[in-house]
Amino acid sequence: MDLILNTLTLTIRFSVALMIASMGEMFNQKAGIFNLGCEGIMTMGAFLGLLIPFSYGGAGSVPFGINLLGLLSGAAAGALMGLLFGIIVITFRAPQGIAGIGLQMFGVGLAGTLFRSYIGGSQSITGITAYPIPVLSKIPVVGQILFTHNPIIYICYALVPLAWFIIYKTPWGMKVRAVGTHPRAADSLGINVSRVRYQSLALGGAMAGFAGAFLTLCQAKMFTAEIINGRGFIAVALVYFGQWHPVKIFLGALLFTFAQVLQTQIQIFVPSFQYYEFLTMLPYILVIVVLAFNKESNKLGPAALGKPFNREMRI
Amino acid sequence: MPNNTVIEELRLEHITKRFPGVLACDDISLSVGKHEVLALVGENGAGKTTLMNIVMGLYQADEGSMFINGEKVSFKSPNDAFAYGIGMVHQQYMLVPNMTVLENIALGMKDSWHFTVDLSSVRKRIEEISDHYGLKVDPDAFVWQLSVGEQQRVELVKTLCLGAKFLILDEPTSALTPQETDELIVLLKNMSRELSIIFISHKLNEVKALSDKVSILRHGRVVFNGRTADYSPSEIAALMTGHEVEIASNNSEKTKGKDVLVIENLVVKSDRGFNALDGFNLTVKEGEIVGLAGVSGNGQRELAEAINGIRKTESGKIIFYGEEIQNLTPNGVIKKGMGYIPEERNTEGIVPSMSIKENIILKDSDGRFSSHHILKNKEIEKYASTLRESYDIRSPHIFVAAGSLSGGNIQKVILAREIDRNPKFLVCVYPIRGLDMGAAEFIHRLLLDLRNKGVGILLISEELEEIMNLSDRIAVIFKGKNQKMMDAKEATTDKLGILMAGVNDED
Repeated sequence: MDLILNTLTLTIRFSVALMIASMGEMFNQKAGIFNLGCEGIMTMGAFLGLLIPFSYGGAGSVPFGINLLGLLSGAAAGALMGLLFGIIVITFRAPQGIAGIGLQMFGVGLAGTLFRSYIGGSQSITGITAYPIPVLSKIPVVGQILFTHNPIIYICYALVPLAWFIIYKTPWGMKVRAVGTHPRAADSLGINVSRVRYQSLALGGAMAGFAGAFLTLCQAKMFTAEIINGRGFIAVALVYFGQWHPVKIFLGALLFTFAQVLQTQIQIFVPSFQYYEFLTMLPYILVIVVLAFNKESNKLGPAALGKPFNREMRI
Repeated sequence: MPNNTVIEELRLEHITKRFPGVLACDDISLSVGKHEVLALVGENGAGKTTLMNIVMGLYQADEGSMFINGEKVSFKSPNDAFAYGIGMVHQQYMLVPNMTVLENIALGMKDSWHFTVDLSSVRKRIEEISDHYGLKVDPDAFVWQLSVGEQQRVELVKTLCLGAKFLILDEPTSALTPQETDELIVLLKNMSRELSIIFISHKLNEVKALSDKVSILRHGRVVFNGRTADYSPSEIAALMTGHEVEIASNNSEKTKGKDVLVIENLVVKSDRGFNALDGFNLTVKEGEIVGLAGVSGNGQRELAEAINGIRKTESGKIIFYGEEIQNLTPNGVIKKGMGYIPEERNTEGIVPSMSIKENIILKDSDGRFSSHHILKNKEIEKYASTLRESYDIRSPHIFVAAGSLSGGNIQKVILAREIDRNPKFLVCVYPIRGLDMGAAEFIHRLLLDLRNKGVGILLISEELEEIMNLSDRIAVIFKGKNQKMMDAKEATTDKLGILMAGVNDED
């Protein structure tokens, strides 16, 4: 019972970073840009998430506002890195795959270097702590699973319907979908393709940076250059897995995290079970299966994904 | 100032536009008045589309200016053109396939953009336009679900919803069936009472039917301006190409050769998984051109690919000189003596980054042009130079990348390679699509010569004129079935058009 309860509670808590990052990557890809540098942006975000609170109060507890500032500075750094990526792939039309790998290495390397020169060896912080919601958290089972987390988590979950609303209901979301699928059509209607793509890269970057900062402040409470540990790449894969739809991406993030958490929890609760690694493999296999057999996604996905737009290039 | 301006006159003066290595528009001047229809005529690459993209603010002219009602204007983006009520229907439709018709139109109607997109106001606007002009569209359909004709109607509705009083139409009939074309011409004729229209075309009968004035572009220059009514189609054709055009046509006697290509009950799946060919039958004799007419997307691509071994067949037979060749490898089919002019000349017909000479020997690099797996360069160069002469491939030399040539010259490279290998048969898919009349004429002569040498040819095309001029017999493909096979002498545009639309009186 504890196994299940713990697994579900931690799934809710730990899927946030992945969910926010992949939601950000969804905005990039909807606009036609494939940002493999997500991992690098998250690492930078994670570093900044630590920097301000640690400088203010070291390992001790700091006011909530300072922690919030840490989260926001992670988002700001992410937005800047998104724009930097935009200069490379939108303005200079560099191949996005290679540029993304570059951004990933740049982000991880820079964050590690800055960390070593300004902070030094691994330091822990108090970060943002859980705050059980008074009445709701007392509900048996459901209360623990859903209402014992820190306040940021609830805001993050609200981002899923918000992202859906932005993409499908607002003029800007409509522009994002158009420039990612048929940029020429958008251009012929007077929509500035490059501007919309820059905007989505900034938003996507901010979300990845925020996710990184969330990881240090709310989950790990410390920083190392390897803290992201592949989550950035999983975020990219989740966008495909979820077929560019916010709700499906959200479910994908939950599923992935569930498998990860279950694996660790089984090690704790059922030490005799030897093959827990297979559980971790399941979601990856699932991604491959879904991608291999789903042909519908060609029709729904952003058809211009990965292709630079050049108005005066004649076909 | 804009918005309510009624365009009494749109005038272009001395417009020049250069692309790297190309002078697309060279000192072009022309004008269109209120409720006038100007036909902009010219071969491919004459600069018509570029000129219109300049009017729309999509391209910036290097020199020259544009005047509306005598006042100089300069458009930096299509938004500026929309503000004056100028709208354009592009040749390749500018519709986002994974969005609905409603959303596609909302994408341009910026007054519907509030906190959310006000789709109900867009829907109302669509209804008004539909009723006023008699253009029916389904606002809730996704664009990928629509036929080409329906997409075009959506494009027209979209442009009108954005408030266009001045329409630019870039080859609006190029993808339509003859019936759809006729309907469109009637529609545009009615619309021209309220609107001004610039109409790009190289189909001269449409130009005659629709336009008041005609301007002819050649190599980026205006070579002629006049009133349409004063000139015959053949006079306009001569001005367009710069010389008298003799249309190649097949007048020779019908051969009574044996059947060389027999297709029986062929079933082939499309990329999307449905049966693109669904029990298709066809025979082609020696020394005969069989024209296969049909709106593209009815299985033509799959048929050509199945014959050439590029696509697997599900069932049925392809018998070539008595041997079954279905599901051989492409190389196996080539070795049997099949020649192939593919639909996508730039991506399937040549390797664009390789030179002319390399493309010309692509099918024989293992054979006569190499020894011990090393290419015989001298021989290749000599061979390629000869072919460049005899097929009139216009290029500085044989070492230029084939992809840098114009469409017509690329097609000549492909024909040179295929024909000079002395094929026993030729499958020819849309051989003159997008080519100018000069190149088309040359290619048609090559095909007729080949036929007269006794080679069978399967000519897949959507240009009825081409099919009727060249073929000995004509078949019509619709939804993967051969609708009817007839003698070319019995065929008329109407008859073929009805069959192409799927109506078969024998049903």
